[in-house]
Amino acid sequence: MSERENILGRIREALKVSAPLPGSHGETAAHTHTESPASHAREWLPSVGASIEEQFALFAKNAADLKADFQLLASRDEFPAALKKIAIAEKWSRIASHDGELSNFASQSLGLPVLLTDKGYDVQALEKCDAGITECDALVAQTGGVVVTSRSTGGRALTVLPPHHVVVARREQLVADLPAAFALLQKQYAPDFPSMISFITGPSRTGDIERILVLGAHGPKKLTILCF
Amino acid sequence: MSNFVSEFKTRATEKSGDVRLRQFIRKALSGYEVARDKRKGAFQSWESARQAAAETKWEAINHLDTHLESLVAKLGARGTKVHWASTGEQAREIIAQILRDKKARSIIKSKAMTSEEIHLNHALEKEGFTVVESDLGEFIVQLRHEAPYHIVFPSMHLTRDEIRDLFQKELGDAPSNTPEDLTMVARRVMRQKYLTADVGFTGGNFAIAETGMISITENEGNARLTAALPKTMITLMGIEKVLPRFSDLALFLPMLATAGAGQPMTCYNTMYSGPRQPGECDGPEEWHVVLLDNRRTELLADAEQRDALHCIRCGACLNVCPIFRNVGGHTYGTTYSGPVGAVITPHLRGLQDWKHLSNASSLCGACTEACPVKIDLHHHLLQNRRNASASQPAFFEKLAYQIFGIVANEPKFWWLAKKIGWFTQPLQRAVKGFALDPAKAWTKTRDLPPQPRESFKDWWRNRQ
Repeated sequence: MSERENILGRIREALKVSAPLPGSHGETAAHTHTESPASHAREWLPSVGASIEEQFALFAKNAADLKADFQLLASRDEFPAALKKIAIAEKWSRIASHDGELSNFASQSLGLPVLLTDKGYDVQALEKCDAGITECDALVAQTGGVVVTSRSTGGRALTVLPPHHVVVARREQLVADLPAAFALLQKQYAPDFPSMISFITGPSRTGDIERILVLGAHGPKKLTILCF
Repeated sequence: MSNFVSEFKTRATEKSGDVRLRQFIRKALSGYEVARDKRKGAFQSWESARQAAAETKWEAINHLDTHLESLVAKLGARGTKVHWASTGEQAREIIAQILRDKKARSIIKSKAMTSEEIHLNHALEKEGFTVVESDLGEFIVQLRHEAPYHIVFPSMHLTRDEIRDLFQKELGDAPSNTPEDLTMVARRVMRQKYLTADVGFTGGNFAIAETGMISITENEGNARLTAALPKTMITLMGIEKVLPRFSDLALFLPMLATAGAGQPMTCYNTMYSGPRQPGECDGPEEWHVVLLDNRRTELLADAEQRDALHCIRCGACLNVCPIFRNVGGHTYGTTYSGPVGAVITPHLRGLQDWKHLSNASSLCGACTEACPVKIDLHHHLLQNRRNASASQPAFFEKLAYQIFGIVANEPKFWWLAKKIGWFTQPLQRAVKGFALDPAKAWTKTRDLPPQPRESFKDWWRNRQ
């Protein structure tokens, strides 16, 4: 018999005796949910405000708490200037990005050499890039984070290997909370999901030395979110 | 007395006497408590969220067979190779065989407590593979050749000076003792290792039955890189990590972050559903998922304590435990320490050898209150005590209680015992804690309050 059958057999044997429900101290019940007990999560998670303005204000506050740089721009024409400012301050000499309407517009505006990851790339070359400029699938007001995937934002490494990750986004990409973000992903991709979906909430960090926060442990030291 | 007990006692005495370490740990954990309470307070209802999380985990664990079958079918359909291991030994052999087949030399590893549980690094190093832990805390304890101090904060027992000295000695690189400089040393060391490692190894926080995904939670980005760059990826995970639905993560991810580290959301929460897919530009060509039982099914068979399998390894119960805070993580001598470790280790490694952990508790219930998935931890500690004495009664303890029962049931005996107490207690005080004291093991570190001159019974009679 295979180990799979052994383990499943032991599980089925063990489950012949039913366990008490959480919080019920002893009594047991046949309990089959038609919907997930977590389906009302929205009512318990941190509140996000009803209007889009409130949600943008919350996103900005959360991003600031995370030490991410969030800039809400009036139009996409302001992208080049905002990017240029960062590029000069950090002395960027080459950047990486992926093929996308917004990401192309943003990355090409700088006039720097751009490594596009979509069609395959040299990983040492990507490591030497000063920044990765990507789009995202969503901005989450509740957490101040962004959602990226291996299919929509240039693979698995682009959003985590360069020392500065710049996200370019549109206002309508803001979702209120985590349940909305998961619903969006399901609607967008199911059943053929990208092999990686990542919720990025602030720049890479660690507290492993005396529980003191240090940014840029292994991933990006900086996360900038430009939104119009 | 078994070795495990005497080692526990020796280490506990030593660590609880180390005032500097205790203050250091207390300071770190009080910072955690402030942050956690702030994040909990931001929830509209933390209590409802806990109840829903507990019910979701209940559903997952009590239909574990169907969820696992769905998970592996979905994983397999996208080209992931799933392996099943009943024991730690089988898991080690499966992983070593993958490495041999791939002719791999170097492995970059992100944090996985299951790999600590099966002593994977040791086994792989013995076969000549190079294994590097990429999580900063794990990297530090790996350099020190010791086990993680805490399941979430592996190096929380070390000061910046100790870490600087360690980096100086092992890496020849430590510009200063600031956490920033030291973190950057590790970043530099690790960068090239991601790029050149043959195999990336990860653990898993949640597995989604509905969509066939494994979700990994981390702050540093090391797991992201581990799962992005090497050609082969291996993930080791306990069978109990399953959640039924993709949308369940919307609840579990913020709860894990809040309970575990007082964060609203951990920096990277990443769901993997396969190796590199057609049309994708990077990611591993092969992904192996190893599902580990290692006596989890024995815990599953104990319906009374089955909810211990709901554990999401957030470490909240360790952080609030007065025992953990004072004796520290290494004292337990187990992979999983603190209250949850005391509950599950007897199932994973044998009740009689590890029953003492359930006695090392004040039963204050802080752990149960802290648990985000409502595991009835302190009652399980009591149940372990009950089970241990039922299967192997403690003769002298039983005798002592029988004698006490006789004395307490008979007013004449009680009166006599009181009288004897009046003149023996001062005598006992003279030898308290020394070899002559018959109750030495107990009295060495404890004071018995002096017996009052007047008993309650006398006082009651006199006041009438």
